Amino acid sequence: MSELQQITKKESLFSKKNRRLLYDPLDSSNPITVQVLGICSALAITVQVKQAVVMSLSVIFVMGVGNVIISLFRNYIPNRIRIIVELVVVATLVELVNQFLTAYVYDVSKALSVFIGLIITNCIIMGRFEAFALANKPWPSFLDGVGNAFGYGVILIIVAFFRELFGSGTLYGHQIIPEQLYELGYVNNNLMILPPMALIVVGLIIWVQRSYNKEIIEEN
Amino acid sequence: MRINKDSNLFTFLFAGIMVILVGFLLSSVDVSLQPLKKQNKNNEKMQNIVQTIITENVSRDEAKSKFDQMITKTVILNYNKQKIKENIGLDIINDKSSGFYIDLLKEYKGIKQKEKRNYPLFISESNHNTYYIVPLMGSGLWGPIWGYIALDEEFNIVGAIFDHKQETPGLGAEIRYKKFQEQFQGKNILDKNGIFQSIKVVKGGASPEDLHGVDGVTGGTITSDGVTEMLERTLQIYVPYIKGDI
Repeated sequence: MSELQQITKKESLFSKKNRRLLYDPLDSSNPITVQVLGICSALAITVQVKQAVVMSLSVIFVMGVGNVIISLFRNYIPNRIRIIVELVVVATLVELVNQFLTAYVYDVSKALSVFIGLIITNCIIMGRFEAFALANKPWPSFLDGVGNAFGYGVILIIVAFFRELFGSGTLYGHQIIPEQLYELGYVNNNLMILPPMALIVVGLIIWVQRSYNKEIIEEN
Repeated sequence: MRINKDSNLFTFLFAGIMVILVGFLLSSVDVSLQPLKKQNKNNEKMQNIVQTIITENVSRDEAKSKFDQMITKTVILNYNKQKIKENIGLDIINDKSSGFYIDLLKEYKGIKQKEKRNYPLFISESNHNTYYIVPLMGSGLWGPIWGYIALDEEFNIVGAIFDHKQETPGLGAEIRYKKFQEQFQGKNILDKNGIFQSIKVVKGGASPEDLHGVDGVTGGTITSDGVTEMLERTLQIYVPYIKGDI
C-alpha cells in the first residue's frame, strides 16, 4: 500500500513543474528577451524567415538531445573540465547532424550551411547545459532544452518576420508587398536587413513584453 | 566503489575516453557516408554545369543523364592558355583525371601561384550551337564562392550560376539566387574591338545598356567584389582558346 502511494506521489511526466519548464522560456524566462542569451545569432540570421525557422529547428534538436546527454552524465563529468565536455557534446551533435544532412538531404544541408557553425557557438546551449542539465534529471532537462530552444526560436522568427517584410518586401521568400505599391514610390527599407536593426527589433520586443508582463521588470 | 570525480586520474581518464569515443564515432560516420556525399557533390556539379545552358530547372537526379547528353568535351588549360588534356564523351566521367574531377577549391587554396593552377573547361557541342562553360572559384566575405558561366561562340553569356559556402543570408548569399544570376544573360566579355573585358558587379547598380556590368548585391559589397575578381581572373584564361577553337 505504501509503495503504491509512493508511485502515485511520484511526479508525472507532465506535472505542473515540468510543464513550466516548457512554457516559461516562451515568456517570463525567455532566453533572448529576458536572459539576453543568443543575441549574436539573433542578429546574424534573422534577415529571412526561412533561415530563422531552419535555425530554430536545428537548435531545438541540439538542445533537446544535448541536455539529455549532459544530464545522463552529470554525476560523472569532472567539474574542472565540464565546459570542455559540454563543448564536445554540442560540437559532436552538430557535426553528426551535418554529416547526415549532407548525405541524405543535401538541399537542407545547403540551406543550413553557415548555421551549422553558429549552433555550436550559441550561448543558450552552453548556458542551459551549465545552469540546468548538470543539476537535473534527463526528462526535466529535455523539457528545459526544448522549451528554451522554442523560446529562442519564437523571438528569432518574430524578428525575422519584421526584417524580411520591411527589408525585402517578402515573407518566406514570397513577395508580399504588391508591385503596385512599389510603383507608387514605396521602397524597401535597407536598414532593416543590416544587423543594427535586429538589435532594435529585439529591443522593441523586450519593451512590448515588459509592458504586459510586469513580473520580469528588475528592481533597481 | 565511489568514484572521486575530481581526482586528476579520473579527469584524465574521462577526457581520454570521451575523445576516443567521439573521434571514433565521427570518423566512422564520415567514412561510411563518404560515397553518398561524394555522389551528391558530383551530381550537384553536373546540375550546375548543365543548368547554365538549359532554361528549365534541372533536378539533381536527372543531372547525370542531362550532363552525359549535353556535355561533349572537357579540356584542361594551363595558365598559358595551352590545352593539356582533353576528354570526350563518357570519358569525361570515367577518366578520373579529366577536367570534371579537378577540385577547384583545392587548387585555389592550395596552389598560391595562379600560373600553376589547372583551368578546366566544359564544352557542349550540338548541331546548332556550341557552348563553353567556365568554372569559377574565388573568395567572398566569409569563405569561398564559386560558379559556372556559359558562353556562346560570340562570347555572349548564356547563363550563370553562383554559389557560396558561408556568405551572409539575405546579403552576400543573394548571389545564389536567380535574381542576381539572370542579370548576366546577354552580357558580353569582349569589347567592341574584340579585346577581353570582364563583367563587373557594380555597387549601386549598373546601367541597363552596360554590356559589362551587373547590379551588385545590397549590403553584400565584399561578396560582389569577390565575384568581379573571380570573373576577371578566370575568364581571360579561356578567351584565346575559345577564339582559336571556333
